[in-house]
Amino acid sequence: MNAGVVIFPGSNCDRDTYWALSHTGLNVSYLWHEDSELGDVDFVILPGGFSYGDYLRTGAFARFSPVMRAVSDFAGKGGIVLGICNGFQILQEAGLLPGAMLPNKSLRFICDWTYISIENRNSPFTSNIRDGNVLKIPIAHFEGNFFCDDENLERIESNGQVVFRYSDESGDVILSRNPNGSLNNIAGISNERGNVLGMMPHPERASEEILGSDDGKRIFKSVAEWLTGNS
Amino acid sequence: MKNKALELRLSEEEYSRILKILGREPNWTELGIFSVMWSEHCSYKSSLVHLKKFPKKSDRSLTEMGKENAGVLRLKDNWAVAFKIESHNHPSAIEPFQGAATGVGGILRDIFCMGAYPIASLDSLRFGELSNPVNKHLFDGVVRGIAAYGNCFGVPTVAGEVSFDDSYAGNPLVNVVAVGIVRTDRMISARASGVGNAVVYIGAATGRDGIHGASFASGELTEKSSEDRPSVQIGDPFMEKLLLEATQEIAREHLAVGMQDMGAAGLTSSSAEMAAKGDVGVSLDLDKVPTREENMTPYEIMLSESQERMLLVSTPENLPKIEKILDKWGLHYAVIGEVISEPVLKLLWHGEVAAEIPINSLQAGDGAPVYDMPQRKPEYIEELQKRDARKEILEKIASSPGEANPQKILPELLMTPTIASKRWVWRQYDHQVGVRTVIVPGGADAAVMRIMETGQFLAISTDCNGAYCHLDPHSGSASAVLEAARNVAAVGAKPIGITDCLNFGNPQKPEVMWQFSRSCEGISDACSSLKIPVTGGNVSFYNESPKGAVFPTPVIGIVGIIEDERHITPMGFQNAGDDILILGKIDISDLGGSHLQKLLFGKYFGKPPEPKVEEQTQTIEFLLEQIYASRIESAHDISEGGIAVALAECLFAKSQFGANVKVPDDENPVLWMFAESQGVFIISAHPENADKIIAEATEKNVSCEKIGKVTETGMLKIGNFQWNVEKLKEEYESAIPKMMNN
Repeated sequence: MNAGVVIFPGSNCDRDTYWALSHTGLNVSYLWHEDSELGDVDFVILPGGFSYGDYLRTGAFARFSPVMRAVSDFAGKGGIVLGICNGFQILQEAGLLPGAMLPNKSLRFICDWTYISIENRNSPFTSNIRDGNVLKIPIAHFEGNFFCDDENLERIESNGQVVFRYSDESGDVILSRNPNGSLNNIAGISNERGNVLGMMPHPERASEEILGSDDGKRIFKSVAEWLTGNS
Repeated sequence: MKNKALELRLSEEEYSRILKILGREPNWTELGIFSVMWSEHCSYKSSLVHLKKFPKKSDRSLTEMGKENAGVLRLKDNWAVAFKIESHNHPSAIEPFQGAATGVGGILRDIFCMGAYPIASLDSLRFGELSNPVNKHLFDGVVRGIAAYGNCFGVPTVAGEVSFDDSYAGNPLVNVVAVGIVRTDRMISARASGVGNAVVYIGAATGRDGIHGASFASGELTEKSSEDRPSVQIGDPFMEKLLLEATQEIAREHLAVGMQDMGAAGLTSSSAEMAAKGDVGVSLDLDKVPTREENMTPYEIMLSESQERMLLVSTPENLPKIEKILDKWGLHYAVIGEVISEPVLKLLWHGEVAAEIPINSLQAGDGAPVYDMPQRKPEYIEELQKRDARKEILEKIASSPGEANPQKILPELLMTPTIASKRWVWRQYDHQVGVRTVIVPGGADAAVMRIMETGQFLAISTDCNGAYCHLDPHSGSASAVLEAARNVAAVGAKPIGITDCLNFGNPQKPEVMWQFSRSCEGISDACSSLKIPVTGGNVSFYNESPKGAVFPTPVIGIVGIIEDERHITPMGFQNAGDDILILGKIDISDLGGSHLQKLLFGKYFGKPPEPKVEEQTQTIEFLLEQIYASRIESAHDISEGGIAVALAECLFAKSQFGANVKVPDDENPVLWMFAESQGVFIISAHPENADKIIAEATEKNVSCEKIGKVTETGMLKIGNFQWNVEKLKEEYESAIPKMMNN
């Protein structure tokens, strides 16, 4: 399985994501923001960071880069795309995922561990996570407060596009565990087809026990197994 | 011109020296260059004679203090750690957000221009008391500034300290440490060499921001300092990230002859210092310098401190390859000059020579002035040291038993902002980017970062107790080094070197120089005993507000190595039933400068705790031996607030546990619980291991005794007093958020 990690100027989780994916057993390569072709990849990851400095608006410039046109085509053909943190914001800006990110309710950057409950088990990103319903994965963002209008929210919910919600350790989705003010505790959503996922928590930071959790790795593994099963 | 020189904070004597060096009157540009290069900030003119006392080398040293942009120590194979501390006190006092942000940016460039990849940043912050809204504003702005810059750049901010005392009101201290790793064969020097080589300007265009920042940092803050706001620079962490990535590629391909950050005194210091270090000269054509404002003069171009700029020297052959990398990262650059054989800094402007200065006259410790400034022991020290801290505290206990009651004192100390949880701070910092952070902030006495490249781990910490240094700068400074060493030892690391940021008042005051000189001696004593070098650092004088000088505050940044993952030791108690031991001795006289004293009297007096340098070194070595022998479950250094605070902190990680600790029969419980004796650890161990530890300690003449047990009660019990751990934790955690209103 070949995974491609996109580097935008200002990406800063590219190396971490590369490291975590390689340790999950995937063949990983970097994709450059100016590339107009993705080459031989089965799985594209837009890593966290501050693409183009996040000036103007998070993810606002990145969507115009040549690689994003290729990513859109890839996603349109059913290719698996994961946007983490800033990558999620870019996917929203590019129209591949619904909604937008507001600044955190506290108006402060938050870096902390969170628990997320798996809300949709039919996604390539979760279908092969067999045991347990809750993942321990940290967040690190200033703008991760998921927002959209009521109509969209209803559609997202009824389509089962909510893949992860912030919860407590046992999987109860409660307001006190919502770190940033996201609507319905949303931590990760997919597109209607389910092949594109955006999530604010950083699975690459939770891919080894020594870092405090290896739950993030389970997401990468799930994708790898899904791709194997579908190849 | 002479009057202009005085306005630029040069002395009459220095002006005469300039006349002699040039053999003529300087022009305006030259005068400006001398004024910044001879400022305290760049020339170290008052500090150099004292800094020479430091132990500078160890077997691991790959650089020598002051010779390169940062200190570099060998780790293993061909990997090394580069680290350095720097202050951004004055800019942060005027504009906390940008002041702190650009402080982070500056120190990161110092390490990455050497080819190092930054893996951690630490911040040592000091403010006036939070009861004053101005200090809240500064605290909030500085934390936001550090977060904004570090988070965007992508360096994890993993440790540091924040303390509050009115000594720092009006002149906060913002010291930042950057730590990076570098392959020894890819290190880039700060030397220019090779006549005819190109001098390349890289990064942001030059504006009028920060002109005379170095001189601004070399004067006291006054009520009018806010008028100096244009001296504060604006940071662009995105640009900095691009500079990092480009520098990494340049280092990987060995393309640069030399490289330096344009920090304080911008283009002037970077070009002059690189040339001086390489015994060459440099000629710059200022018409080629990218500027972002119109009609900038040579004076402004040379003195601007616009951020995110680097200077690089390249051979003509490598230049196209470097340009290709810079293009890839979308960075602006320009070839602005060349290396020349004549040892001068030569500036051309509109086809004419705008300045020509012998290069060595700009070099710190060479042609730049060096002073052995007069010293005088401050009168306050005699006065304060005469008082007996222990006696006065005992009198207080006798006269107001209600107030001086441990039951009340412990929670109050845990809610003191200096001691309370700093979660509110570090939650705003991305402390996990890089997937190296094994011990996160608040998790132990030091942060632990993994070095995948060598299989090792680095422990890093910053420390200083300003109150101790105020009462006795010599012993207080030795204690700062030893506390830093204890902090890394507590997580299982062997200390390998320090970087220091010496924050003091006005060096023209003999009392300040006396403090400074004693402090340097204290640092030297402790480092010699620990056999670790001072690899570099920063001197920050003129930390004075209209109310006077800050406490002498020599902040120590330390790095230690853990060779084996199994040696990483947590701070919190791990198992009910384990024995609790104290390693080292508590002396109930160690109350001068303590938090108990501040709580009861609102001020500090007496003598600070004795550093007991040799004894502490032995204790630290003993602790590490026991950790390596896998006998220790947890270790925590006793510092501010004494053993009672330390025990509470040992319980916060797993608050279902409790502890049952006895006070030695012959000791006064209040004094014993809150004395701040140096060189003491609380450790926990399985009972059979505890016996082995004690047996070995007796053999080696190290003080170690059992004082209690880890329990399952959720209660901390010390002698006849007890507290609910969950409640103490809640108080400890909520103190700062409450004060900051969220």
